[in-house]
Amino acid sequence: MKRLLLLGLILLPCLAFAQTPAAPLTLEQRVTAAEVAVKSAQSAGDNAWMLTSAALVLMMTGPGLALFYGGLVRRKNVLSTIMHSFVLMGVVTVLWALIGYSLAFGGGSAYIGDLRYLFLNGVGAVPNADYGATIPHQTYMVYQLMFAIITPALISGAFAERMKFSAMLIFTTIWMFLVYFPMAHMVWGKDGLLNSSLGGKFPTFDFAGGTVVHITSGVSALVCALYLKKRLGYPTEPIRPHNIVISVIGACLLWVGWFGFNAGSAVAASSLASSAFVATHFAAASAALAWMFVEWIKTGKPSTLGAISGAVAGLVAITPASGFVAPMPALLIGLCAGVVCYFMATAVKHMFGYDDALDAFGVHGAGGTLGAILTGIFATNLVNDSFKDPAGKLLPLGLIDGHGVQILYQLVGIAIAWGLAIVGSLIALKIADMIVGGVRVTKEDEQQGLDLSQHGEEGYLLEN
Amino acid sequence: MKKLEAIVQPFKMEEVKEALKAIGIDGMTITEVRGHGRQKGHKEVYRGQEYNVDLLPKVKFELVVADARVEEVITALTASARTGKIGDGKIFVYEVAEAIRIRNGDRGESAL
Repeated sequence: MKRLLLLGLILLPCLAFAQTPAAPLTLEQRVTAAEVAVKSAQSAGDNAWMLTSAALVLMMTGPGLALFYGGLVRRKNVLSTIMHSFVLMGVVTVLWALIGYSLAFGGGSAYIGDLRYLFLNGVGAVPNADYGATIPHQTYMVYQLMFAIITPALISGAFAERMKFSAMLIFTTIWMFLVYFPMAHMVWGKDGLLNSSLGGKFPTFDFAGGTVVHITSGVSALVCALYLKKRLGYPTEPIRPHNIVISVIGACLLWVGWFGFNAGSAVAASSLASSAFVATHFAAASAALAWMFVEWIKTGKPSTLGAISGAVAGLVAITPASGFVAPMPALLIGLCAGVVCYFMATAVKHMFGYDDALDAFGVHGAGGTLGAILTGIFATNLVNDSFKDPAGKLLPLGLIDGHGVQILYQLVGIAIAWGLAIVGSLIALKIADMIVGGVRVTKEDEQQGLDLSQHGEEGYLLEN
Repeated sequence: MKKLEAIVQPFKMEEVKEALKAIGIDGMTITEVRGHGRQKGHKEVYRGQEYNVDLLPKVKFELVVADARVEEVITALTASARTGKIGDGKIFVYEVAEAIRIRNGDRGESAL
């Protein structure tokens, strides 16, 4: 028995030899195999980061923004405000899958995408070289979807506590078609008018959505605040945040999620992603301090609400700049954002008397515009080396690189975002107004609170 | 029988409770309330918007005692609830027509 086993052991290598023919690999074959392995490893690394980033950006809407905004309203409107964010995770996803992604990222025209990706036709495992050569096209599509979700949710800060839920759904749906899809296409879509890397006529630097996300939502917020008019009792009766604790949780989730938003916009697990990550974090930190200290000087007390509002303002302002600027300018951009947004949300708002309930315009509109301009100043090819002339020489990017005309391109991008947001929002509001007979809830419903009048439930039933 | 309603500073609640226990008062009802007397409220600022908060949190004690014990209870309440500053609260005294213990139907002072 033992001898038989031994014989088998001796014969085993011969058996294996018989199964694989003895042709040794040529150098060429081995190089090809190595290339395939390297590509697959890079793809795996990039794809892992991009899927993580997509999840982080979704986390910014729910629970991040939902809690941030939810805590700032009165308790009778907490669910209504949270729902403004949460429901868009459903609405925008469906729109995006059916036609939205195609209108934003289909090529062809300078202003809006075509229908090549209708029903996500052809958006699968094969990478789209224009958008992300190392990740599945499907990853890029779902990553971009998360941006499309949070943008309209940001607007809800302006119409909180007084808009009909039905009107909000209609307004948002129309707004996506009139404002978001065209703007995303112009800045990021192939052949887009403002696209800086895919042949735009006015190359605007917007790394992660300063124009597409923050200016469009912030300016639309102002239009909504003016259109819907003030909340009952504003500003004579006390309308205080009902739970700043949940707002702090929301703001911190936004801060963390923003790493996916900005660093993910490198569309690769690259050193550019690290740079954007650092710039993002630095701007949030300096802006939180800036707002806090200005408030301390102005009102005598450094408030928690002030510190978290400042952090969000800094994150907004660094968004377009994150993949273009070095750490020190990032600190400076945050500082400017903290100070400017403080005055927008306090002095300017009171001077003009509009009721931007949760300061969506003061933070996102003003911070986004400021960030877009500062990007034109501080963008440098020391940070972002993806812009080269045909000879392979690095092109100067912002004013500090000696490319002052970039500021003009930034202003073109800003002007288009403002214009589109104003016109698109007015049309969307008007249509919603006609369909549901007034976008605003009745006086009685507003007094009762939107949680009960719109949704038939209450946020806090602590006695039960 | 008399009913005493004492509205006191919330941070004095434990001290008042202990003082009442110390003189043998076992029954009381405590509620968290809001209100103001002559004490001014305070200012709160949210994103630059100032609010004067004039309804301040207080704690209300309600207890019913035998006529003979009223002065003793008032002394215990004032001594324990007093800080000497404005906002210390008030005590109101009412007549009580009847008291009934639900468990066995006892009436009057024996129900207390």
